[in-house]
Amino acid sequence: MINDVPVSYYLLLSAILFAIGAGGVLIRRNAIVVLMCIEMMMNAVNLSFVAFSRYLDSAAGQIFVFMIMAVAAVEVAVGLALLVELNRHKQTVNTDEMNSLKG
Amino acid sequence: MGLIFFFILAAMAVVAAFGVIFNKNVVHSALSLLVNFCALAVFYFMLNAQFLAIVQILVYAGAIVVLFLFVVMLLGAELGEKVSTWLTVRNAFLAALGLVLLTIIGTAVFENNHVFQTAGKTGDLTTAAVQQYGQTQMISRALFTDYLLAFELASVLLLVGIVGVVWLARQPQERAGPEENQ
Repeated sequence: MINDVPVSYYLLLSAILFAIGAGGVLIRRNAIVVLMCIEMMMNAVNLSFVAFSRYLDSAAGQIFVFMIMAVAAVEVAVGLALLVELNRHKQTVNTDEMNSLKG
Repeated sequence: MGLIFFFILAAMAVVAAFGVIFNKNVVHSALSLLVNFCALAVFYFMLNAQFLAIVQILVYAGAIVVLFLFVVMLLGAELGEKVSTWLTVRNAFLAALGLVLLTIIGTAVFENNHVFQTAGKTGDLTTAAVQQYGQTQMISRALFTDYLLAFELASVLLLVGIVGVVWLARQPQERAGPEENQ
């Protein structure tokens, strides 16, 4: 059941999800959705790591995914806190209006 | 059988990914993101990474999506972006850029396909070893021996993240130091 899916299928699915995420980062202007799309890109890369780990019998890929998950959790927490802070100053989450570093 | 299951799940993940982008309501985007994460967790099960599948559901579906929903509700930003139509010149150009990226990665996958098929298995996570020791035990053994430094750095990163978020989320008058008070 598991071995009849070639590794290249997983890699292509990962590429498709990554491209969708990258397109979403470019298209959307709502900063929360942009953060969601970044999460999607990270998950796409995770999928290819796990696929390689499965097909090379190596634990390294799964360790990398574990580390990426830790980084993603921190990134989301800090990013959303920054958004809340920005929303206090400008009352918006639109990335087009975030055009100055000093509030 | 496995192939059909793969394609159904892959279609689910891709549709959910499009749903994240093209939903006008951010809450619906977050729920699409949840579907995407869960589909990936099932892929991890298919790839014999049970530990990661559970962690994926716990961390991503359980914590991160809830955090997103919480912030969306807090900011009241679920309809922040006025989108009348997605069919603009700008969006078409950006979609074309995404297609170019996909073409490049897809070409890389196809050109190296023979390498994936003939590559020797290098690691020690073999089926026999997994049946003898267990998946999670072997992962944790690698994590606490070869990758111990990365593990400790991840814990420091989490600590820095917690402190940073607490500092960012304070009220403005609390944050200003004594010399900044006027």
